[in-house]
Amino acid sequence: MDTKTRNKALIEEVLSAYPEKSAKKRSKHLSVHEEGNSDCGVKSNIKSLPGVMTIRGCAYAGSKGVVWGPIKDMIHISHGPVGCGQYSWASRRNYFIGVTGVNAFGTMQFTSDFQEKDIVFGGDKKLDKLMDEVETLFPLNNGLSVQSECPIGLIGDDIEAVSKKKAKAIGKTIVPVRCEGFRGVSQSLGHHIANDAVRDYVLEGSEGKTKGFESTPYDVAVIGDYNIGGDAWASRILLEEMGLRVIAQWSGDGTLKEMEATPKAKLNLIHCYRSMNYISRYMEEKYNIPWLEYNFFGPTKIAESLRAIAAQFDDKIKEGAERVIAKYQPMADAVIAKYKSRLEAKTVMLYVGGLRPRHVVGAYEDLGMEIVGTGYEFGHNDDYQRTTHYVKDSTLIYDDVTAYELEKFVETVKPDLVGSGIKEKYVFQKMGIPFRQMHSWDYSGPYHGYDGFAIFARDMDMAINSPVWSKTKAPWKK
Amino acid sequence: MSQSAEKVLDHMNLFRAPEYTEMFESKKTCFEGGHPDIKVQEIADWTKSMEYREKNFAREALVINPAKACQPLGAIFASVGFEGTLPFVHGSQGCVSYFRSHFSRHFKEPSSAVSSSMTEDAAVFGGLNNMVDGLANSHSLYKPKMIAVSTTCMAEVIGDDLDSFIKTAKQKGSIPEEFDVPFAHTPSFVGSHITGYDNMMKGVLTHFWEKAKRKENKKINFVGGFDGYTVGNLREIKRMFDLMGLDYTILGDNSDVFDTPTDGEFRMYDGGTKLEDAKAALNAKGTVFMQQYGTEKTAEYVKSKGQEALVFNHPVGVTATDEFLMAISKLTGKEIPDALEKERGRLLDAMADSQAYFHGKRFAIYGDPSLCMGLTAFLLEMGAEPVHVLATNGNKDWGVAMQALLDASPFGQGCKAWAGKDLWHMRSLLATEPVDFLIGNTYGKFLERDIGTPLIRIGFPVFDRHHHHRSPVWGYQGSLNVLVKILDKIFDEMDKSTNVAGKTDYSYDIIR
Ligand code: SF4
Ligand code: SF4
Repeated sequence: MDTKTRNKALIEEVLSAYPEKSAKKRSKHLSVHEEGNSDCGVKSNIKSLPGVMTIRGCAYAGSKGVVWGPIKDMIHISHGPVGCGQYSWASRRNYFIGVTGVNAFGTMQFTSDFQEKDIVFGGDKKLDKLMDEVETLFPLNNGLSVQSECPIGLIGDDIEAVSKKKAKAIGKTIVPVRCEGFRGVSQSLGHHIANDAVRDYVLEGSEGKTKGFESTPYDVAVIGDYNIGGDAWASRILLEEMGLRVIAQWSGDGTLKEMEATPKAKLNLIHCYRSMNYISRYMEEKYNIPWLEYNFFGPTKIAESLRAIAAQFDDKIKEGAERVIAKYQPMADAVIAKYKSRLEAKTVMLYVGGLRPRHVVGAYEDLGMEIVGTGYEFGHNDDYQRTTHYVKDSTLIYDDVTAYELEKFVETVKPDLVGSGIKEKYVFQKMGIPFRQMHSWDYSGPYHGYDGFAIFARDMDMAINSPVWSKTKAPWKK
Repeated sequence: MSQSAEKVLDHMNLFRAPEYTEMFESKKTCFEGGHPDIKVQEIADWTKSMEYREKNFAREALVINPAKACQPLGAIFASVGFEGTLPFVHGSQGCVSYFRSHFSRHFKEPSSAVSSSMTEDAAVFGGLNNMVDGLANSHSLYKPKMIAVSTTCMAEVIGDDLDSFIKTAKQKGSIPEEFDVPFAHTPSFVGSHITGYDNMMKGVLTHFWEKAKRKENKKINFVGGFDGYTVGNLREIKRMFDLMGLDYTILGDNSDVFDTPTDGEFRMYDGGTKLEDAKAALNAKGTVFMQQYGTEKTAEYVKSKGQEALVFNHPVGVTATDEFLMAISKLTGKEIPDALEKERGRLLDAMADSQAYFHGKRFAIYGDPSLCMGLTAFLLEMGAEPVHVLATNGNKDWGVAMQALLDASPFGQGCKAWAGKDLWHMRSLLATEPVDFLIGNTYGKFLERDIGTPLIRIGFPVFDRHHHHRSPVWGYQGSLNVLVKILDKIFDEMDKSTNVAGKTDYSYDIIR
């Protein structure tokens, strides 16, 4: 059976486990890629079915966890009951430099810890008082954000009014964010809501705050890099070496001041399109700042991206890009020479969020590996369109995959490596299949940039070629 | 360029290379808009002062770094202890992703649970349809023997009624009429994860027991409570009970599902209390509760059914384990066998060998309320001083009981129980009334870094060390593990502070 036929049969088989109504709905999210099509043939950004074990999170995760949480000099309050903030406390590895609890707050959990009385009588008074307490205990915070958890939008609190009042009284930026977990269908709406909050509470009126900012023709901002394991740093270093000036990092290791200065950029460079395209489009409209998507995974895509970025600037930068490529390519070549023979022709199935289901494909291909299945937790159609540039004919595509589907797919396709999240990791390792977490880099990283590629290659090698996987069957069992 | 193919530097070393440290410096000075270093240092020092502590303890609204999670987490923990049981959390889906991640990070195991994925329309119209469709989907995809339903705060705020929803789902044919669907309302704005455990355990028992008639037999039941060491602990309890020749049922035995083998097969369900056994557990003479705080309602419930409830506070050490075994012996009429007495002697032997290193050492402890009590009692037994004992999810009663435990010992004089406080309070305590060691979960590493107090990891969650959950901390054997864990840290610290050649190394002894 050829791959395409097998994959189609596999989808049918998986669907047959569902009640009829659900099978019909899920069938729209599963597909086999046809070369030449303009998207991957799946519907996306649709409500998950109840009871199927979706891997998705919620809007709060998209706002607090992804967009806002990494802004290190602000205090982000998980507003509502204790849980959401607790589970997301320091669990995303967006590295930053600062003195925690003094001038940086990224690995702390601030919560209003709602009790029954707050649900019954509302939490606005508590929020008001809480902001004073924050100011007393953390005088060097540069601003606050209020990250709404589910109950806030249900009990009719007016966090906007409280925030406005306190911002005035305290004299700092306070950003109310309506990212209650029931909004939208996944993290994705949380990104959007968070972007809008940046627009309304940071960029609006930021002009006055950038007085004295001395522009250069080479000012760029890095958008949608959350500095997982230091990704943004391994990217920034390349941009600076080619002669650009990175005036802001959104949002890994970022600060409020950097966000405020971003309207001064000449070009916005977007890595995670999904989570920050909104604010980039806004800045394009409002300040005429063009934006460019780039990809810093693997030497092929890095070189392509460096050249595409340089093409927006003068010869100095173009030469700079060539210089950077020439400097790092030998190291990348050495990495490939070292690992490719051990990874050549190995197959990979991915299931991640944001940009990674497509962006990392090139890095695997640089190592001679092949992607045989991919899908997005919370992608939209524009993500699947972009994915067609990366995947080959017959690739299995699964949108908002359920635990059941992914398990069955992997069982049949038998890839040499699965790249997904913490909830998936141990499922596949039990099956004896090598696995790497592709959200947290499995506590490794960075994976961006040339420096990161060396780590990426080493990690994939050590996952796939670890001797432990050969022992899953007891020798006395045939 | 510091990176190379020959020696791949990872994040720990890469970013200390000069090209990066220079980059960090220029980012900081040119773009970040931070405060001057001298100001940062000044405030950092101030956060460790008595003045700051007073302001910190005056907090009424803000909670910082709490040592507690929310109810449905505990509900899931209890649910998966029953054979073939799928936890189903009614409400918004993000929570369930968080719960599953949380367990996977601690146990390094898969954690299966489903959500009814309620969204905005459900917020308006209620989540009945989500329940009806959700149960049908879960039942056909994951083929559970039982589905245990709990709630996120969304469902609680809009007031969804689980009992009637489940009945309706059955009427609509989502799942067979006779299929077991125990449930518990688990609002996150009440109590913590241990409350959720209690509610779900009571929910499961109520489901099986409510319509049945009790006919007392000689068996006993055992309820462990929410416990990060459940894998090691429940196996140790079974071993001890088998040695005693007891006839018993562990209610909520999740020791296998959180410890599945890597043998080529993924087990979504593994082990667990058989459903018939859970039913029959009504007839037991009594039920043993290992953690008083976090099983109050279940204990009340078994008493209301005519059972005796034996309640403990996470026994660690000789005295606590003695009392535990004697109470069980009394309840069941079975004698404590020589084998266990010998283990007792071995534990005491180890304690005697090491007591000099514990004596007078000052400790801070935080964690779930019963865990705190068990560890405190053990430290007192060793002649150590548990100076600060803090439970964010400890209520007033706990505070009183904990203080009484401290006051009753000469080693507990001047020691204090802190109910309802968080780890930012703990930071002030450690800064202003320093101790030698801190006992707590992984989050304690932030305190270790800020204040310098060495952390001994005992609690939940432990994300940054592997496999601790596989070894018990209960019974004589478990107490020995606790002893070794603490002792190793004491010795490591002695070595660390004496290992400078030519300066301090006269105390760097090879025999201790
Ligand atoms: S929304 Fe409620 S139930 Fe969900 S994680 Fe947050 S506190 Fe827990
Ligand atoms: S790629 Fe994954 S981790 Fe990165 S922002 Fe997008 S969702 Fe988040």
